Amino acid sequence: MPTSHNEHIVTSYEDELTALAASISEMGGQVEAAVADATRALLKLDHAAAKQIIAHDKQIDEMHRTIDDMAVSMIARRQPMARDLRAIITSIHVAGDLERVGDMAKTISRRTLQIEGLSLTPKFYNGVKHMSDLILRQLKAALDAYATRDATAAVEVCNADDEIDALYTSLFRELLTYMMEDPRNITQCTHLLFCSKSLERVGDHATNIAEAAFYLDTGRQMSESAGDLHRIQIKE
Amino acid sequence: MTIQTSLAPAAPVRPKTAPKMVGDKVNVFYGAKQALFDVDLEIGENRVTSLIGPSGCGKSTFLRCLNRMNDTIESCRVSGSILLDGEDVYDRSIDVVELRARVGMVFQKPNPFPKSIYENVAYGPKIHGMARSKADLDEIVTSSIRRAGLWEEVKDRLQEPGTGLSGGQQQRLCIARAIATKPEVLLMDEPCSALDPIATAIIEELIDELRENFTIVIVTHSMQQAARVSQKTAFFHLGKLIEEGATSDIFTNPKNKQTQDYITGRIG
Repeated sequence: MPTSHNEHIVTSYEDELTALAASISEMGGQVEAAVADATRALLKLDHAAAKQIIAHDKQIDEMHRTIDDMAVSMIARRQPMARDLRAIITSIHVAGDLERVGDMAKTISRRTLQIEGLSLTPKFYNGVKHMSDLILRQLKAALDAYATRDATAAVEVCNADDEIDALYTSLFRELLTYMMEDPRNITQCTHLLFCSKSLERVGDHATNIAEAAFYLDTGRQMSESAGDLHRIQIKE
Repeated sequence: MTIQTSLAPAAPVRPKTAPKMVGDKVNVFYGAKQALFDVDLEIGENRVTSLIGPSGCGKSTFLRCLNRMNDTIESCRVSGSILLDGEDVYDRSIDVVELRARVGMVFQKPNPFPKSIYENVAYGPKIHGMARSKADLDEIVTSSIRRAGLWEEVKDRLQEPGTGLSGGQQQRLCIARAIATKPEVLLMDEPCSALDPIATAIIEELIDELRENFTIVIVTHSMQQAARVSQKTAFFHLGKLIEEGATSDIFTNPKNKQTQDYITGRIG
């Protein structure tokens, strides 16, 4: 009887599935790096690095298109079923989310280029840095859950999203306080606020990827009951 | 978090009714060789049930138990029970000819009699004494050919030989012949394997329409076909029923690893 990790009878199909998974991993790695670099460039106001990230986004978009093409071609030619079908469908979703995350890195970098003639104060940007660390951890965990088809890890990622939302809310309040304290802080705090919003959205995409991982592993959609999943609304 | 609803099942949920046919601990032997092992399977009324599995897995053997076609094979022995509306078809009191009128069959290769199109369809009703007059018989033949979706193509040449039709038309003629005796269950053993994609699509459309009046069991090697036409799918492997369930579940999220491996092309 076949054991686990059976290969497909048609070798070229197996190769295509492997290549698709590898492409997602590669795109995931590039996008993670883009977010990390974008945050670093922002905090250091490194314009050269920011420009590089913006230029690199074209490559991320290109990977997205390639993955879409691979998936569509496989659906048309192989009529995938069950696990293979789920792997291909979720790859389309995940690549879409990663492309959006890449855009967020680009947005942060564009903002970095707009900030001129002032240096950011660590007091102000520490919250953003902390948030960025947390987001990157989430993104990595989501991509790992997807690559290893681990539903349990995927649920953990979704549950941790609340933490990010809470962090964003507190960061929002904190930056608002600095602005009220001294109107001269408004410019840099507003920039940081927009960037933290972009980061928060990266977290949402990480959640989407985790949901795709859950579906890939179990064949079921992650429902409300899968965990205490609710989004904290920003009331202010 | 937005609420995500799961995929809607392909078939609407039907109220639970008694199954049309039930296989209970069905074992089949060809001489010393056992072909089926303790198969339990329910066939829902007015539903299409597809039997899938690699060659030699016993799916055709099971199908042929349902109307005792296996009786024609000398060395074949069947144990367990097959119920049709609660009655065991292997009971001594059962008239096999009558059983096969109630449980009709369509084969892999279209096999029209070397007679006219009309005679092909009229043959069954005639031998079962279902028509009192020529007008009666005409009515049965016409309505059967219509229901098989063949009427427009043959209405002007009913006296021409059935063997002169195209492969797809011949298969629909065989379906017309099978439904002319007003069976309750229609068994189809790979009915499209000899047909081109267009003829296949026409037969599949027909299966969907026939489901209103008949209970259909289809053996198919095409996973896509099983996914398209059936509401329930049963997977056989090495004479055992490995997994059965709603077709939409079997093809997106099978529970059993062997099923998964088979439908994704990992075991032959």
